[in-house]
Amino acid sequence: MTEYNGELRKMMIILSKASIENVYAAFVLANGARMEGIEAEMFFTFFGLEAIHNKKLDHLHVATVGNPAMHMPTMLGGLPGMEALATSMMKKEMEKLDMPEVREFLEILKASGVKLWACKLAMEMFHYEKKDMFPDLDGILTVGDFYNQSAGVGTHMLFI
Amino acid sequence: MDKLIAGKTIQVNEEGFMTNFSEWNKEVGEALAVENKIELSPKHWELINYIQSEVKNEAALSIRKIGKSGIVDIKEFYALFPNAPLKTATKIAGVPKPAGCI
Repeated sequence: MTEYNGELRKMMIILSKASIENVYAAFVLANGARMEGIEAEMFFTFFGLEAIHNKKLDHLHVATVGNPAMHMPTMLGGLPGMEALATSMMKKEMEKLDMPEVREFLEILKASGVKLWACKLAMEMFHYEKKDMFPDLDGILTVGDFYNQSAGVGTHMLFI
Repeated sequence: MDKLIAGKTIQVNEEGFMTNFSEWNKEVGEALAVENKIELSPKHWELINYIQSEVKNEAALSIRKIGKSGIVDIKEFYALFPNAPLKTATKIAGVPKPAGCI
């Protein structure tokens, strides 16, 4: 631990999934960094883009299939309406903990100084344009741009 | 542990948070603000009073809640206390560090 005695200066969080538990994990980590006086930036790539897609971000779901921690047989998790049910149960629990909805959380992150970047390659792959995305998005970056953003001692990077 | 501040001995924990709120007064608050490199404006005081009354009512504090306090929005809160706002504000207010993650 030689760099700033191991002090954390900046968190670069890459979100590649859009099931709600992954999105919240990423948001809580970014927000938590800012709360501690640590800088934070987020890079949304592949399905992670759904979390900043203006028409989709209010409708994210919990993954009930392929998620062993749900303690639900995969066959059952695939039944119609199961994801919606699990999602509404989870949202109720989160509201009890004063957890905001995805859109409000994005607004909080922006107000807290978190930078939000969309991945250029994934944007092209999904045929999304900047106007389709959360209005306060900071921009669209290539991987190289994102690495440049990460420059500096005390930066840590996280892939979700 | 003991800490001498504003001509007074106060009890603080290892992170510098006061452990006995009855030892807090405005002068202590001002001295703690100086230590945390904050120059207190009327807006800061309004927030400190709000935080103290919330804690007194045993309400949990969060950034989101401060944003809905009607005193500041979240952006203004970060502008008033640029480095770790909730931690710094609660430290100056003489109340425990909020335990929440949001």
